[in-house]
Amino acid sequence: MASEHYSIFSVLREALRGHKGWQPQWRDAAPQKDYDVVIVGGGGHGLATAFYLAKVYGIKRIAVVEKGWIGGGNVGRNTTIVRSNYLLPGNIPFYEMSLKMWEQLEQELNYNAMVSQRGVLNLYHSDAQRDAFARRGNSMRLHGVDAELLDQQAVRKMVPFLNYENGRFPIHGGLLQRRGGTVRHDAVAWGYARAADQLGVDIIQNCEVRGFRIEDDKVVGVETTRGFIGAKKVGLAVAGSSSRVAAMAGLRLPIESHVLQAFVTEAIKPFIDCVVTFGAGHFYISQSDKGGLVFGGDLDGYNSYAQRGNLPVVEDVCEGGMALMPRIGRVRLLRHWGGIMDMSMDGSPIIDRTPVPGLYLNAGWCYGGFKATPASGLCFAHLLASDTTHKTAAAYRLDRFATGHAIDEKGMGPQPNLH
Amino acid sequence: MRIACPYCGERSLDEYLYSGDATVRRPDFASPTAQADFVKYVYERKNSPGQHRELWYHAAGCHAWLVVTRDVSTHIITAVEPAKDVALGTASSMKDTA
Amino acid sequence: MARPANSPSRDPLQPQRLSNGGLVDRSRTIEFTFDGRTYKGHPGDTVASALLANGIVLAGRSFKYHRPRGIISAGSEEPNALLELRTGARREPNTKATVAELFDGLEATSQNRWPSLDFDVMSVNSLLSPIFVAGFYYKTFMWPAKFWEKLYEPAIRRAAGLGRAADVADPDLYEKVTAHTDVLVIGGGPAGLMAALAAARSGKRVVIVDEQAALGGRAIDDAATIDGRPARDWVRAAEEELAARPDVTILRRTAVFGTYDGGTYAAIERVADHLPQPKDHHPRQRLWRIVAKRAVLASGATERPIVFGDNDRPGVMLAGAVRSYINRYGVVPGDNVVVFTNNDYGATTVTDLIRSGANVVALVDSRPKPSETVSRIASATGIKLLNGAVVTRAFGKKRVSGVTVRTQTGAEVKLLCDLVAVSGGWNPNIQLTTHLGGKPAWNDRLQCFLPGALPPSMSLGGSVAGDFSLHKALSGGAAAGASAVALEGAKPITIVVPQAADESDAITPLWRVEDHAGKAFVDFQNDVSDKDIELAEREGFRAVEHLKRYTTLGMATDQGRTANVNALAIMAEITSRTIPQTGITIARPPYVPVALGALAGHHRGKSFKPTRLPPSYKWAKEQGGVCVETGLWLRPSYFPRKGEKDWLDTAKREVNTVRSAVGICDVSTLGKVDVQGTDAGIFLDRIYMNNLKSLPIGKARYGGMLREDGVLFDDGTIARFGDHHYFITTTTANAVRALQHMEYCSQWLWPELDVQIISATEQWAQYAVAGPKSRELLQKIVDPAFDISDAGFPYLQVGEITVCGGIKARLFRLSFSGERAYEIGVPARYGDALMRKLWEAGREFGACAYGTEALGVMRIEKGHISGPELNGNTTPHDVGLGGMVSKTKDFIGRVLGARPGMLDPNRPSLVGFRPVDRSARLRSGAHFIAQGVEATAENDDGYMTSVAYSPSNGHWIGLGFLKHGPSRIGEIVRAYDPVRGGDTLVEVVKPVFVDQEGVRVRG
Repeated sequence: MASEHYSIFSVLREALRGHKGWQPQWRDAAPQKDYDVVIVGGGGHGLATAFYLAKVYGIKRIAVVEKGWIGGGNVGRNTTIVRSNYLLPGNIPFYEMSLKMWEQLEQELNYNAMVSQRGVLNLYHSDAQRDAFARRGNSMRLHGVDAELLDQQAVRKMVPFLNYENGRFPIHGGLLQRRGGTVRHDAVAWGYARAADQLGVDIIQNCEVRGFRIEDDKVVGVETTRGFIGAKKVGLAVAGSSSRVAAMAGLRLPIESHVLQAFVTEAIKPFIDCVVTFGAGHFYISQSDKGGLVFGGDLDGYNSYAQRGNLPVVEDVCEGGMALMPRIGRVRLLRHWGGIMDMSMDGSPIIDRTPVPGLYLNAGWCYGGFKATPASGLCFAHLLASDTTHKTAAAYRLDRFATGHAIDEKGMGPQPNLH
Repeated sequence: MRIACPYCGERSLDEYLYSGDATVRRPDFASPTAQADFVKYVYERKNSPGQHRELWYHAAGCHAWLVVTRDVSTHIITAVEPAKDVALGTASSMKDTA
Repeated sequence: MARPANSPSRDPLQPQRLSNGGLVDRSRTIEFTFDGRTYKGHPGDTVASALLANGIVLAGRSFKYHRPRGIISAGSEEPNALLELRTGARREPNTKATVAELFDGLEATSQNRWPSLDFDVMSVNSLLSPIFVAGFYYKTFMWPAKFWEKLYEPAIRRAAGLGRAADVADPDLYEKVTAHTDVLVIGGGPAGLMAALAAARSGKRVVIVDEQAALGGRAIDDAATIDGRPARDWVRAAEEELAARPDVTILRRTAVFGTYDGGTYAAIERVADHLPQPKDHHPRQRLWRIVAKRAVLASGATERPIVFGDNDRPGVMLAGAVRSYINRYGVVPGDNVVVFTNNDYGATTVTDLIRSGANVVALVDSRPKPSETVSRIASATGIKLLNGAVVTRAFGKKRVSGVTVRTQTGAEVKLLCDLVAVSGGWNPNIQLTTHLGGKPAWNDRLQCFLPGALPPSMSLGGSVAGDFSLHKALSGGAAAGASAVALEGAKPITIVVPQAADESDAITPLWRVEDHAGKAFVDFQNDVSDKDIELAEREGFRAVEHLKRYTTLGMATDQGRTANVNALAIMAEITSRTIPQTGITIARPPYVPVALGALAGHHRGKSFKPTRLPPSYKWAKEQGGVCVETGLWLRPSYFPRKGEKDWLDTAKREVNTVRSAVGICDVSTLGKVDVQGTDAGIFLDRIYMNNLKSLPIGKARYGGMLREDGVLFDDGTIARFGDHHYFITTTTANAVRALQHMEYCSQWLWPELDVQIISATEQWAQYAVAGPKSRELLQKIVDPAFDISDAGFPYLQVGEITVCGGIKARLFRLSFSGERAYEIGVPARYGDALMRKLWEAGREFGACAYGTEALGVMRIEKGHISGPELNGNTTPHDVGLGGMVSKTKDFIGRVLGARPGMLDPNRPSLVGFRPVDRSARLRSGAHFIAQGVEATAENDDGYMTSVAYSPSNGHWIGLGFLKHGPSRIGEIVRAYDPVRGGDTLVEVVKPVFVDQEGVRVRG
């Protein structure tokens, strides 16, 4: 396994010998007969879980099995935003823990994921929206999270390039979380993979789970395209495929899979320094370190496993963009793509045991999964290692729908496509 | 995606709203297991890849609720029926299978 | 090097312009500037062809190393020659010189260089290239952590990007069109034209689309011969025939960029990009949504380079592009040319070059034995043929000055040249076949990916299907057109395929030259070299997607059209796998980059969303009403009068007037739904939580609607006009969703009920007339036949009446303000008139008009819930309406509303608040913290939802949700509002601030 330490010195050393000495960042492991824990899903959450299981909880024999190549799901398809500007007490501490972990991540992993705390600004366009943001900002502050409510003047100073003159919905101000920002998404998967690999985790690519072996009502391993792999515990971290994979264990989840599109333009000289979210349309935007405008909007709105969306949403999102920033009219859309979101019925995630002993679930991330990666990994690892819920993720129970404790940030009810 | 509304003809996706699974039916409120039944009905979904029967609403058209048979992996639509007919058991597809 | 002696005389101002040939109009000369210098070109030129005509090859700098780069292609695949086009508000970054058409006065500027294209300081990066390899940044810039945002990232961002977006709003218009057609033909080359002819002659509606200004595709680029005549003549004839048919639409300068579900294709038409600016009222570009029963994809193919040392030197150009410049634009891009190829097509470039007077220094063919085609060309032209040889490196810096060739024997020779025409074979333009998930299939004979599974109702014609020869393209196109017709259920007319050459498509793969010196680029724009691919492989990034993401290969503005397959092949080579084993590359839309303005169309500025105006809007504006956005509505929020210093002043006066006299407010925005049918009562009983069965005819009742999960969704009034006739109102915000919900219930849940539902929001103008004198005012309007006295028309009475001498109207004795009040409704066409009548009639009572501000104040004074309390998370119990919830009937939300979490006594519930210091201001969004405890999340007891200055009380009041609220009346808590610096002591009170007994509503 790779053990070299990354630094400017290692880069210089390798530069002198034509970069011939670099090792694979993670081994392409073959499956062993059995493991203490098998994580299904080599995305951000699965890889992070494996890393924390090994690093924090001292579990030795861990495998991550991935159907394709690691990081190919939502961790490599999102718009890279990290933030903890949530409203509800069930969510804020969790996402704040995640944000704190992002702040330490690169040192922890020895991998530069370009965590950039450039600020996340949510605009408001009416008094009612302002007050709703005030409620949220105050809630954040009560949880020790940074939040500032800006008036129009302050917003104008920060992001002068918005349409303040003839907008259909005038910009009155914004809720700013300065510690929010962006992270280079692919690097998160790779960084966790490399760090987990260094701790002995087997990352097994091109290995699709086809079923669970259940003996005496307990999961004892997974049937895969590369044979049976025994496991004392199995954790699912398969995002948009959660329902499909859980069905192999006879479970029916409070989840629908929906497509969310993301967009990037040609690279242009940077002028947008923070993340801006339009409060009167479906649009949010940031600019990457390469210069591309990275933006998105709402779900397409229909159940889908196709990783692609349709034209009406493309148009809708660009309308939002032009309404907010009419100067980008001649900037060109370079690419748009879709990811499959595991939309839960209340818009909040699930990190919990399942009714099948030995099978654990990490799902329902909706489109908030990326920013949750570190905390999700840690809390899921905690659950897998100790069979107890991590206190920060205590609200993310599977039975909360049965007991009436939904965590519904948007207040849209059991309608996954509206969260 | 284009959906052929039985009343209006084929129209673009942006006239419609998707509203979830059409295979679950509202349980009896008076049943002793009503609460568990309603939890399943409201929250739990099969959500498998492949063919779904799902509810759509012709929001920017005739306001009909429709049951659309659609493959969620390919987005190919194979049937569109008025939800009312499906609910009453009078939809043509149901007659066919009856 | 000298120009060859045999070169024909040329225009000294455009030294590389040929004296004849091509589609440019030499009768007109137009001027343009590049980096401030003026050059000349002709109509029909692109910026690239005009620059080449002027002998300019250096057009840009690369992204990372700032290496000088030239024009490499003649189409939208161009990775290098990206310019800032135009200036000011129309400045357009990253415009491909190979696509931008020349117009008089065009201004173009090179990008990503400082201070000039010729001398770019940032090219120092090139010296650091041993460090700046793929992914180096993942390994460094980590210490110390806080330096990333402060130091490293700003430096990276300063270097990032290529061109600059404009600094001001785009002044141009964009429009959208939806077109329906039987057959969409994508590509106007020989195959596309044949398909269009076949379909059109069979009577089908046809839309044919081509990216270029002129149809003809490679038949023009290659100066081919069809039916013994120059291809351009055949193209012109085909075009004339198509244009003459009424059912054919020809879209030039239009690129189909996306395949979407249901036979929907998106295309972008460059309506005015070839003009200095759009004509008046014309769009700059037009977005086409083309709904096609069948599509014929005839999108052609893109040539790929061969990877060798310093293959990015300006003057190294794709062979097919060299032919395009000669044959389409009448420009020969160099005088002494080395042709480097691994296939027969590349070799035929020699013929065009010689015809245009260039000196072909050598034909370097990597194949060990000359093919039949190559032998024929060599003997016909007498050029130097080097078989089994490869170009290992180009030299020269800002322009290629020669190449090193390794011959079949391994000897290295230097050849001097100013142009290298390279052909590594062709990649069919299969992108549109993959947008719906179709996986391409590798073809070993042709050494390229062909479309795999096609989108439903698409067929292929021409080189996209691997039919590279002109003969095959023409016949393949005809067959595709005919099959589209047949699949549409019509009988295709047989079409005669014209005569054309069946050129050889022989190729022997050569992806990169082994043991080359210098840097060998695979992705030019993003500076990805073969060494970067090797590094990626070494570090485990072997999956294609890993490779792309790690090296940024294929991510640039050309989407890797000249790079992806080469990279895949090199990775296959390194890992000793076949190309299909290594992977496939799937394209994402758009096929060509599309301006965001075009995708947005008219929906910007004030037209971003529709604006809904209430019936009295015009009158309200006349009265000086200040309107605000309420969802899509523009509603008057207050009606200021002279001397009032702000909205609060006005709202106070309006409230006082209503409470002491009478006020009028337009409440038409409330959702209004007419419900009829023999089961209408049963139906309403199932969708409202409270009992409606007992509602008598002529009465109204307040009702609450839940979602099935037991959360309060909406509230409003239900009025009963007859046995089977009800009329309900919803909140303004939920009008659309509530109607949708009701239709869901009636059509899907209970289709057996006889009930009909229709929205009447737009059909009825409705005004609240509120205040002690409201009845007196109304009596002036209501026809005398109707008794509206308190006895004859008591609180909650409703009735169908007439006003103003016979106009039908509805009267509701409802009150949101807590005063004696009515809502009077008339058909919307009388709305404006009724408001004017009411206003006139109200004068003697001192009536005022009031807006949403005063409306809000009065409902808070009465403790009525509204939007802030109906936030999608509250239950009837939370808002103090638990008592209304029926225990005897089934209704939406009943069962799940009884889950333990929904009835938890710890849920915050609705109470009122007033500041302990009566002069203090309250703010909604503040959180409640008990006194004497720390302001932390654990001690968060709830939040303020609504506040108002209450003129009736003379101080601010509020509503909010507080844990155990009703049992804490009289307690003092903190209203903690750190985001606005607020921390106010408030007293918990009952959520009613005026007329606690509720007597005033009854008059």
